[in-house]
Amino acid sequence: MNSGNGTNNNRSRRLAVNAAVALLALFLLIIPNFVSLAAREILVLIATFALLALGLNIVVGFAGLLDLGYIAFYATGAYTWGILSGAGPIRLPFTGTEFWGEWGFWIILLVVLGINMCIGVMLGSPTLRLRGDYLAIVTLGFGEIVRIVANNLDNVTGAALGISRIPHPKIPFIGYDFGLNPLPYYYLLLLLLALGITVIRRLDHSRIGRAWIAIREDEVAAGAMGVSTFKMKLLAFAIGATTAGVAGVVFASKSNFVSPASFDVFASFLVLCAVVLGGMGSIPGSLAGAVVIVGVPSFLQLRFPQLDEYRYWMFGIILVSMMIFRPQGLIPSKRREAELMLEGDPDIPSEATT
Amino acid sequence: MPDCLSSELPFRLAGGLSTGAVYAMIALGYTLVYGVLQLINFAHSEVFMLGTLGAFLTVGALVPDGGVTSQTQGAMILLAAAVPAVILGGLAAVALERVAYRPLRRRGAPRLAYLISAIGASLFLSNSVRIWRGPNFETLPRTVRSRIVLDLGDTFFTGILPESMQRVRIQNRDILVFVVAMLAMVAVDQFINRSRIGRGIRAVAQDAETAGLMGVNINKVITVTFLIGGLLAGAAGLLFAWSFGVTRFQIGFLPGIKAFTAAVLGGIGNIRGALLGGLLLGVFENVAAGCFGVQWRDVVAFLILVLVLFFRPTGLLGDKEAT
Amino acid sequence: MSDYLLEASKVTKVFGGLTAVREVDLTIRAGEIRGLIGPNGAGKTTFFNCITGVYKPDGGQVRLEGSRLNGLKPHRITKAGVARTFQQIRLFAEMTSLENVQVGMDAKHRAGAISAIFNLPRHRRENEEGSVEGLRFLRFVGIERYANEPSRNLSYGDQRRLEIARALGTRPKLLLLDEPAAGMNPREKEGLMDLIRKIRDSGVTVLLIEHDMKVVMGVCERVAVLDHGEKIAEGAPEELQRDPRVIEAYLGRGAAEDAAGA
Repeated sequence: MNSGNGTNNNRSRRLAVNAAVALLALFLLIIPNFVSLAAREILVLIATFALLALGLNIVVGFAGLLDLGYIAFYATGAYTWGILSGAGPIRLPFTGTEFWGEWGFWIILLVVLGINMCIGVMLGSPTLRLRGDYLAIVTLGFGEIVRIVANNLDNVTGAALGISRIPHPKIPFIGYDFGLNPLPYYYLLLLLLALGITVIRRLDHSRIGRAWIAIREDEVAAGAMGVSTFKMKLLAFAIGATTAGVAGVVFASKSNFVSPASFDVFASFLVLCAVVLGGMGSIPGSLAGAVVIVGVPSFLQLRFPQLDEYRYWMFGIILVSMMIFRPQGLIPSKRREAELMLEGDPDIPSEATT
Repeated sequence: MPDCLSSELPFRLAGGLSTGAVYAMIALGYTLVYGVLQLINFAHSEVFMLGTLGAFLTVGALVPDGGVTSQTQGAMILLAAAVPAVILGGLAAVALERVAYRPLRRRGAPRLAYLISAIGASLFLSNSVRIWRGPNFETLPRTVRSRIVLDLGDTFFTGILPESMQRVRIQNRDILVFVVAMLAMVAVDQFINRSRIGRGIRAVAQDAETAGLMGVNINKVITVTFLIGGLLAGAAGLLFAWSFGVTRFQIGFLPGIKAFTAAVLGGIGNIRGALLGGLLLGVFENVAAGCFGVQWRDVVAFLILVLVLFFRPTGLLGDKEAT
Repeated sequence: MSDYLLEASKVTKVFGGLTAVREVDLTIRAGEIRGLIGPNGAGKTTFFNCITGVYKPDGGQVRLEGSRLNGLKPHRITKAGVARTFQQIRLFAEMTSLENVQVGMDAKHRAGAISAIFNLPRHRRENEEGSVEGLRFLRFVGIERYANEPSRNLSYGDQRRLEIARALGTRPKLLLLDEPAAGMNPREKEGLMDLIRKIRDSGVTVLLIEHDMKVVMGVCERVAVLDHGEKIAEGAPEELQRDPRVIEAYLGRGAAEDAAGA
């Protein structure tokens, strides 16, 4: 029952896990050297998606908030970079590479961090007071509003055509231009992922992480124990927004181009799919989910292009099946596993209770 | 006073009421299921889509190669198409409940699981159609030509009407769609309020556990609820197909969201609210399209959704509940 | 500045047509163990909820050491020094006992997100303290050995104790216990009474709702009686036992008359 006499087992287990993670990290670092260009592009795609899944996992998995419009934050990051870099139609004193200089990309990355955090707070403040289902629909609505607005604002976002010729990142001192080569983006994303995971793990093992779990388990009791439930939810939401924004900046600079078509509700669903499939509330789970949702179809598509039609169809089947048979996901977080299997919602008439 | 609000208004009203009636029919499905299960049936939009598909397939099969020869023949074909559309809608809804929701109910799954399963079912259904029919729009062969039945510039009252209103022309199709939808809604409303099963539905919507203890067969009630919503959505599919003449695997998405908005606007769980919400939304949308341009049409629905959920989540006809 | 720890005056709560709590006054001095009794439906838990912010009173005031509590959100009231347990146990089932208590202790911690992310000293200190002090609270209520056990695995009696430990973790000045003895056997009830006295001796004032008269008589110094939302009597437990109004509330008029005659 107690862990008292298992410390040796725990220690060796932790050693094994650490070794596995180290090996995995090494693998990730060297793999691009052994694969084709097309495969490297896919790796970048997977890494971007993994960052998105990581962020949504905080919102959905940790804080238990169903956000169906998550991709909107991705869009704001991408468009901000597009606009501030001067590639967009708008002309202001602070748009354009001359203003931001050689470090432009990196500075704007930080700027987007701040902007997206603010947007997350602004969006979350009215929204997070709503109950679960309503929250989901409102976030969906917001996501669509962002997309439609981006689709129609000729003078700011370039409307349906979007913004093109967005500059690539550069590293000033050594004069390195990322260009179209997927490799530097891949390593940048790995770095961002590592940072993100560190931040999230630190939060998880703090009073904030505990607060999130408490809110998920019993929001009323959490409040009674002094947890500032609204602030904690807002924090999760804002962090999720920030992560998506960062991913958006990298994506926009890699593809040189951003348009509303990439930010529809189905993209939000895709990220949600990754988080759910991988295991809600589990960091390795959301990463695994990203690999499966994006990696597998992309690699399959290389070999069997005709299968692409079936992608969303398969996702639909997977989502329903997962919810019925394995709601805790591929790599479940132990806590969520128990929650999802045992708990029920008292409002919904279930055969378990009636 | 801009044109869209003065001279065009009656014309926009007519169109809005017609579209709104279709929204209302779909909205009813959302509101009924929410009332009984406290769930947003995300996949309801695909039930509607299947209704349009049923109509399309039937019309496609029945229209002779040379085209429709007379208005009567066209009308007959349309009527015939109603049957598969409605039946397909009902079947799809019931199957949906069985496959995507009931297993979760059996397990006592948390609310999030239902929402995700609904999204999955929606993806599955719409993409199944995509795989089968392809991603492009399909147009309905011409069946019945819609004609202008009411030209306010040409009536007994022309002399006393203001100049702007004399230019209003209303099509018979709009009127028919509106009337059919209203009849269907009234029928459902009466059914829910008068029949034994309807009582069961209302009981489960209020307090499922007690209803079960009082002998109400909850599974049957839930099945019937989905069935009614599905039949209506199928019928809405037919009306939509006739009104707009197009369909596509993803055609359900926007009307679905808008219908849900309508249900929320009217008060989720409230049948008459669904009706009111649908009509209001249809009119608002149409007027906004006239005032700001067609490209902003869809934003209206989302804006209303967001605003209602923020400021009056219980909707126009709902009671103010404590959250 | 009043010398009462808690001062509730004319607290009223109305639900639709029903007045659940009607102008109830209650004052508690620091260091007391007070009881709140009354038949089912008398409004006791509703009154608790008015104090702890779950409900906003429709009338009246609640003050803690002179500062107004009514109208504040529950978490603020907890931070101000009022903690509670629930009638139906509301633990964080998947968290361990220690983690449950840590959540309570977090109420008084101040390390925020930045502190956590950058592993600043305050965060490290508070986390450390949380584990150590948390164990102390568990030991205080007697369930230290279940520190790393998911709380849903604990026995019913131990779960009740854990709820108390968690509430104590918030370092309250006043602890509200809602039917803590419900479902306990006589031995557990004895243990509970000892625990309540221990809590008071450690400097926390206690107000408890209880149905079990033995417990009420055993620990409470003064008791207030609610019936149909109104306070009908107040005094030492022995006095109330003989008070006809109290008897009537519980057992009906006939019993009261019998008691008066005996």
